[in-house]
Amino acid sequence: MSSPLLRVEGLRTHFFTKAGAVKAVDDVSFEVGRGEVLGLVGESGSGKSMTGYSIMGLIDPPGRVVEGTITLDGRDLTRLPAEELRKLRGNRIAMIFQDPMMTLNPVLRIDVQMIETILAHERVARSTALERSRAALVKVGIPSPDERLVAYPHQFSGGMRQRVAIAIALLNNPDLIIADEPTTALDVTIQGQILFEMQKLTRETGAAMIWITHDLSVVAGLADRVCVMYAGKIVEEGTTYEVLARPLHPYTQGLLDSVPSRGVRGVPLAQIPGMTPSLLKLPPGCAFRERCARASSECRVDPRMEEPDGAGHGVRCFHPLLVATA
Amino acid sequence: MTNGAPPLLEVRRASKRFVKRLDAAAKLGNLFGAGMHEEVVHAVDRVDVAIAPGEVVGLVGESGCGKSTLGRMTVGLLPLTEGERFWRGTSLAALDPAAARAQQLKMQMIFQDPYASLNPRMRVVDIIGEAPVVHGLIGRSQQKDYVAMQMNRVGLDSTLMRRFAHQFSGGQRARIGIARALAVKPEFLVCDESVAALDVSIQAQVLNLFGELREALNLTYLFISHDLGVVAHVSDRVLIMYLGRVVESGPTDAIFASPNHPYTRALLAEAGKVEPKKRTFIPIKGEIPSPLDPPSGCHFHPRCAYAMPKCREAAPALVEIATGRRSACYLNDTTVQ
Repeated sequence: MSSPLLRVEGLRTHFFTKAGAVKAVDDVSFEVGRGEVLGLVGESGSGKSMTGYSIMGLIDPPGRVVEGTITLDGRDLTRLPAEELRKLRGNRIAMIFQDPMMTLNPVLRIDVQMIETILAHERVARSTALERSRAALVKVGIPSPDERLVAYPHQFSGGMRQRVAIAIALLNNPDLIIADEPTTALDVTIQGQILFEMQKLTRETGAAMIWITHDLSVVAGLADRVCVMYAGKIVEEGTTYEVLARPLHPYTQGLLDSVPSRGVRGVPLAQIPGMTPSLLKLPPGCAFRERCARASSECRVDPRMEEPDGAGHGVRCFHPLLVATA
Repeated sequence: MTNGAPPLLEVRRASKRFVKRLDAAAKLGNLFGAGMHEEVVHAVDRVDVAIAPGEVVGLVGESGCGKSTLGRMTVGLLPLTEGERFWRGTSLAALDPAAARAQQLKMQMIFQDPYASLNPRMRVVDIIGEAPVVHGLIGRSQQKDYVAMQMNRVGLDSTLMRRFAHQFSGGQRARIGIARALAVKPEFLVCDESVAALDVSIQAQVLNLFGELREALNLTYLFISHDLGVVAHVSDRVLIMYLGRVVESGPTDAIFASPNHPYTRALLAEAGKVEPKKRTFIPIKGEIPSPLDPPSGCHFHPRCAYAMPKCREAAPALVEIATGRRSACYLNDTTVQ
């Protein structure tokens, strides 16, 4: 196997607050290959966004990447000087955020913002940059791009704004796109449009993508592989099919059972008891054990990521749901 | 549903228009020929809803379709521009103020945002207990016991009643909102995106609570959501709204099994399914039009794959296409004949 585009190993991002250290990301490892879509799934506070921010080098004090390596194409991003990292950001790695109103500058026209992004990384003529900006808007399906280039963000609808944000992310043909819940704020039909564009773009450009979301249904249709996060750790990873069709971790199973649908109308949903633990005072051992029906005294020790049936389907659990029957 | 007893709550031909009046500057401008107009948003356009006792009706639509406005109108939080509300067959407009006040207690609303809808400066005991005391359902001395009972019923620890809303998690706050609505013993609840802000696992807990309370207290719900999975799970009947109009209605199973209106079909096709299968997203074209300037005729025609010339001219009526099912689309005329 050739080396993956991005390899994250033993990443720990902690926030040092007055109340104590919050282990937002705690020993996270995964790989993303070229052209691959990795779904990073979890509920609020599971550390999925902070994993994305850590890769981008966007963790601000009191937070800090305390341990681990993030290797992009052979270079460790955690050791890179700020100036070098700035050259990568927006160029080789791009991020799309949840709220497009917050990421676009409200007082600058779209063309200004787009040209700026290109000129920050390349020495080209403004006219070339403008032409490329226009092409990027066409690529994400924005009608009448010439008029749109001279418009301000508030003149766009939510879906259109997110398209602009995606177009900006694509301007420098990044190798890796980190998408942090980009469709959560959008309506279903508009979400469908954005997913369609993203799917098309990754196929055309061969860029790798990390899709961060809480929505299992989005991941189901889009991702090649899935990592499920809980309380700062990846508790299960594997191909989308393996994880969703044959989940090993009780938490993954619980999440899947919690999704309401017509099939189980009126029947109470299988709910996960209790609530997500505070990351401030996590007891040692499996963070899920308080809510888990299969927990035993063994679970007071932190389980390692293991592959009970080989084949790249890993789980962090002493009592996985399906034991290999080979 | 239509035979025998009258529906618990009914709104007939309800419309809501929001008008942005011209301010002094605009009026002055008009004197000099600036040509400013009053802007009118047809948030809800002649909608009929009838909810039978014990029924759960789901109201689905995308942002700006008027589903929340309709919810607020049914519960009485917004006056109707046109149309009338009926409770068990009697018009609510004819009631004298005292009777209307008593009647209003029978209908309660649970809001979307469990953060914004609770007063941050009140303790939970007052948030839940204020209304029943004010309305004379209980005496002030009974308030504590009463609130404890309400809290236990929604799965909250009643020893926490002296706390403030910010000391609770999102799921607990949603439960406080439910307990507050139930404290005045309503028969009818409007839930406006009440689980949208919650994580899936917490959402499942709250949805189960809605189900249990429905059984225990014989409640009737109007359940507003943009999440088709949630609506399919809880509702007996579904109304689909698009830009202020109901485009399709019918029993949940029938609509999800064979959607009739092109918009419903598109919506269901986009709705997330947790199927571990890669799929190609085939989006509906175009944006959701602005309700300030809705398209002529059928509001969906600019995005519809089956649009015909007459769709542009007049809006199709919401007609019965099967027992209990209604749809507003010209395609049904051609297929029937």
